[in-house]
Amino acid sequence: MTTAIAVPTRRTRRRRTLGLNREALLLVIPALIPIAIFSVLPLARGIYLGFTDAHAGLNVSTSANGLANYRELLHDSLFWNSFKVGLVWAVTVTALQFCLGLGLALLLNEQLRLRWLARTLALIPWAMPPVVVGLMWKLIYHPNAGILNAAIAKLGGAGDTDWLTNFSTALPAVIVVGVWAGMPQTTVTLLAGLQSVPGELHEAAAVDGAGSWQRFRHITLPSLAPMIMAITTLDFIWNFNAFGLVYVLTAGGPGGRTQLPMLFAYQEGFGYGNFGYAAALGNVMVLIIAGLMVLVLRRRLQEAS
Amino acid sequence: MTMVAERPRRRRAFQYTALSAYLLFLAFPLLWLLSTAFKGPREMARLHPTLIPHAPTLDNFSAALHEQALVHSAWNSVKVSVAAAVLTVLLALPAAYALARFRSRLNRVALGWVVLSQIFPLILIIIPLFLILRDLHLVDTHLGLIIVYVVWSLPFALWLLRGYVQGIPVELEEAAATDGAGRLRILVSIVAPLLAPGIVVTLLFSFISAWNEFFLALVVLNDPEQATLSLTLARFLGKEGVADLGPLAAASVLATIPSLVLFGVIQRRLTSGLLSGAVKG
Repeated sequence: MTTAIAVPTRRTRRRRTLGLNREALLLVIPALIPIAIFSVLPLARGIYLGFTDAHAGLNVSTSANGLANYRELLHDSLFWNSFKVGLVWAVTVTALQFCLGLGLALLLNEQLRLRWLARTLALIPWAMPPVVVGLMWKLIYHPNAGILNAAIAKLGGAGDTDWLTNFSTALPAVIVVGVWAGMPQTTVTLLAGLQSVPGELHEAAAVDGAGSWQRFRHITLPSLAPMIMAITTLDFIWNFNAFGLVYVLTAGGPGGRTQLPMLFAYQEGFGYGNFGYAAALGNVMVLIIAGLMVLVLRRRLQEAS
Repeated sequence: MTMVAERPRRRRAFQYTALSAYLLFLAFPLLWLLSTAFKGPREMARLHPTLIPHAPTLDNFSAALHEQALVHSAWNSVKVSVAAAVLTVLLALPAAYALARFRSRLNRVALGWVVLSQIFPLILIIIPLFLILRDLHLVDTHLGLIIVYVVWSLPFALWLLRGYVQGIPVELEEAAATDGAGRLRILVSIVAPLLAPGIVVTLLFSFISAWNEFFLALVVLNDPEQATLSLTLARFLGKEGVADLGPLAAASVLATIPSLVLFGVIQRRLTSGLLSGAVKG
């Protein structure tokens, strides 16, 4: 990296550069140092730790144990459970977030009254601390003081469900919160995309007699396609790696029903001190995500050609 | 004829119904939080709670403000977030300038890293990061958390600032250079003032990320004395009890205000900065 700046490059055709590249290096170094120490170094050490039996304790005794952690992971039902929960959570939240976000973005793109209110409201969850979002929904789901049970009771139901500790309702309840918290960003991005679709295309199609659905299907969707691809991939990865919200709402319970991979890894590492095992888990997660990325990108490349 | 007149009207009706449903879904949790924050303990204990408090009270807010741990951790949050934001900008500014003005292989590496950092699972580095902090005796210190936050928000800060630098005409700098000003001089006295809006956006963005962050703080800080606001709120949440929910809701409302206000200030610029960065990248 460093030599690349020290040696003048030939890519200076389009943009004029001023002065020497030695100066560029000096400008970048202050940012490079903390990144190297606290980002690149841990990355390398994390990969290594995954092949050791490192444990929190007196000293981190790191004797390499080869693939033992990975063999254990393969047979760890808790790991498979968290993987399954993570997949269900990430797929559902991402899908709902996208569908609802697209719907809202389409609405906000129309000349409607109250549009400003929806725009403002749509941004609030984005700015809120995840812990507060979690707390807020805990108030709604609260078995006695919560509004959800009160509403169900009013409609004639029992209204005594403890949503977050009930085995069958915990994951759906948490998913709703995930969608509420994640939708704004998707909406805003899609709205920006919608506004970049040239209006003339729509007008020309309308003149030719295309209905709104046809215009959506044949003009809006195709022009948004690359953005949709990018945003759903990113959302999926972010959701798969979620932590704060669910930690506050259920801490992974009841009985592991909402135990996302990150929660499982946190518990293994900082709850039980199994650093090597948790690091191995991190390595596996990265491999899985990288694999997914390759799959998505490959399909995109095929579509492009 | 009627078909043509009817369809847009029905479409409008559908659109307004859908918009109302969205408004309800988005606003209701917030209203419930606010409502809870203004309810007294007796009303909280009622079996059939209502959205509008019968006897609105500010007791919960004063209870939250009298809770030593909450006030103390709010102050911790202010210190950590401000320090992290300032340091992030100080480190990102020169680097972003270099990335915008010098074309080299470093550019591609840096931008690739920015993209990667967005999808990077923290779990991969959290344990070794913890160990490194421990070796440096930075666990349970604000300095440790500040460093982690700076490294965490640097990629995006770089990305934002780089876009703003690209918006400044090179000619201005060239003129100064022919007048004999050095690179650092140019950066401080010509580029930085012109970048002021971009610097403010980046500062506020880094502040909000640090203010809202939870996971890293949970790992780095164990001592309740050092805890940030998010940590303390989560800790109070652990020990439940209907009576405590009121002050907790009030504290949550207060904890949200800073990031909400700042986010409101930079939201438009943040979105346009993101888009311009994406277009120019």
